[in-house]
Amino acid sequence: MGFMNLFKHFLGNDWGVHPDDHKRPAADQPVRVMPVPAKLYLPLQQHLGGPARPVVLVGQKVKKGELIAEAQGMVSAPIHAPTSGTIAAVTEITAPHPSGLTLPAIILEADGADEWCELVGCADPFALDPADIGKRVAAAGVVGLGGAAFPSAVKLSGAAKAKVTTLVINGGECEPYLSCDDRLMRDAAVGIVDGIRIMLHATGAQVALVGIEDNKPEAIAAMQAAAAGVAHIEIRPVPARYPMGSEKQLIQVLTGIEVPADGRPADIGVIVHNVGTALAVRTAVREGKPLISRLVTINGQCMAAPGNIEVRVGMLAEEVISFAGGLKGDGLGLARRVMGGPMMGMQIPHWRVPVVKGTSGILAFDAAEVAEQEPNPCIRCGSCVKACPMGLLPLEMSSRIRNEAYDEAIDLGLKDCIACGCCAYVCPSKIPLVQYFVHAKGELAARDRAKLRGEATKKLALQRQERLEREAREKAEAAAKRKAEREAAAAAKAASAAASAAAGEVA
Amino acid sequence: MIAAILSLTILGAALGIILGVANKFLAVEGNPLVDELIAMMPGSNCGQCGFPGCSGAAGAIADGSAAPTCCPPGGKSLAAAIAAKLGLSVDLSAMADDGPKIATVAEELCIGCCRCSKVCPTDAIIGAAKQVHNVFREACTGCSSCIEKCPTEALVMKPVPVTLQHWVMPKPLAA
Repeated sequence: MGFMNLFKHFLGNDWGVHPDDHKRPAADQPVRVMPVPAKLYLPLQQHLGGPARPVVLVGQKVKKGELIAEAQGMVSAPIHAPTSGTIAAVTEITAPHPSGLTLPAIILEADGADEWCELVGCADPFALDPADIGKRVAAAGVVGLGGAAFPSAVKLSGAAKAKVTTLVINGGECEPYLSCDDRLMRDAAVGIVDGIRIMLHATGAQVALVGIEDNKPEAIAAMQAAAAGVAHIEIRPVPARYPMGSEKQLIQVLTGIEVPADGRPADIGVIVHNVGTALAVRTAVREGKPLISRLVTINGQCMAAPGNIEVRVGMLAEEVISFAGGLKGDGLGLARRVMGGPMMGMQIPHWRVPVVKGTSGILAFDAAEVAEQEPNPCIRCGSCVKACPMGLLPLEMSSRIRNEAYDEAIDLGLKDCIACGCCAYVCPSKIPLVQYFVHAKGELAARDRAKLRGEATKKLALQRQERLEREAREKAEAAAKRKAEREAAAAAKAASAAASAAAGEVA
Repeated sequence: MIAAILSLTILGAALGIILGVANKFLAVEGNPLVDELIAMMPGSNCGQCGFPGCSGAAGAIADGSAAPTCCPPGGKSLAAAIAAKLGLSVDLSAMADDGPKIATVAEELCIGCCRCSKVCPTDAIIGAAKQVHNVFREACTGCSSCIEKCPTEALVMKPVPVTLQHWVMPKPLAA
């Protein structure tokens, strides 16, 4: 056994962790559809990249699906009204983010009619130009629904240029507690497969590999049934192991190719999309409907009725929880609020934050699940090294970061860290390893910003220097000109005086 | 006659070559360390260090007559970077560093005297005579040169508000 482990380790096949998945019973509950509440809170930044720019005025009436904020910049996504109603305000609200800071958002007051705007669908997407599909997906504001919320159209349109050959569809859902992708694959497998076909057409990829963890047999069966007889789509069960749903890991397991350290999947001819994104792409292209709702898993020991709920973007977590059945014992046992998965999700300061496009779960943990413990010194057991899916040395990196030697941490591969949290999960000393890495990445980003700022300052100082010199020169020139004019005027005066004197003499 | 011209020409050419070669190989370089330090400094020449601009401060730090902590706009990060470059150990705890600050104008107090905009090293203050002035956040380096010039105390340094884009996860407490 020991030999086998050693062998596996040398094969590099031993990464990741096997947390208790807690996916059932939530995954087995049928999806409930939440009615639209009185107000929706729509952050302008629900995606990676530039924030959207509002195109509505306060008091304006909008229909469901109408554009309310347009994309700004190359990597960005527009935002649409999730229901019909009146724009109540454009203001700052608490972000679904651990900092508890605010971000600008549009507040929409629902009118209850829930009336769609005019939609432009397409009966035969395969007759469309691939670039046209990208445009439709971009206009529908579709972003990656796995959690990172990267604008999908950017990936789709970039795929043709990057000569992508393989489309990897991520149905891994390796995060414990979450089951929204599982539920979606069970309920909407046909739609997902259709979405994958549209994506294949849009990217020009030859094959789509759908990776689904083997702890979801129902989803695998549903997807296999839906994909039966459909060419170029393969449903591939993968071993359940966290972080199997991470882009780089899933690609390696499905294709056997490793994404280079500084590269992106497109560099090796692969792009990855989530199953939810595939369905959103289908809805956007076939029906012309923008991304305004998604499945969200409600889970954790403090939730009275765990399950999956279809919610509109912009609903407050508070309202979703109370629709789902509220918290057990009025939430007295609540120890931590999380949006997203327990491993990579975000701890949120309170429940009055909105569901955004990338929200996969709303989790309420009790103290036993959080299991907070004081960190002890590192015993150099190497558990984190074994668990790290990227083959890094978390213990070494964290000791560098603790002493603020960020450059040394970079040399050890900090930039390859995907912040999956396996290291902190396995650490017997409960050292918050991944928190160190997230902190260090933030510090490095701040350092880059400071550097850019420094360069800008130098440029400004130089420009000021030039301006001062130019002004001095212009002043001197103007003075010289005035002097010359004065002298000319004096000379002319003297000449005319002399002339008149001469004329007087003549007279 | 020809011999004289030739000998002088050859002499001149030889000396010229010697001078050229000497210029190349015996050149007295400016201290390269000073240039590196100048590259690290903010470059706004605000003068808060007491030296004539960033190059003066860089020279003084390089020859040891000034401490790496002398640059207030650079803050702790610059002091640490310079100390690392020079191999010095430096006590950063004494340095006041409550995060980056920028100047802001209290509009009800500003009389539009233009004194602040004249001293701003990055032209970050906008405003004409007898008009309320304002500060370009992006251009202000927080050097505070303008603060003492203001006759009505309308200019104050305020901490730069932290936004989602600038937020950094705090460092975990050490074990």
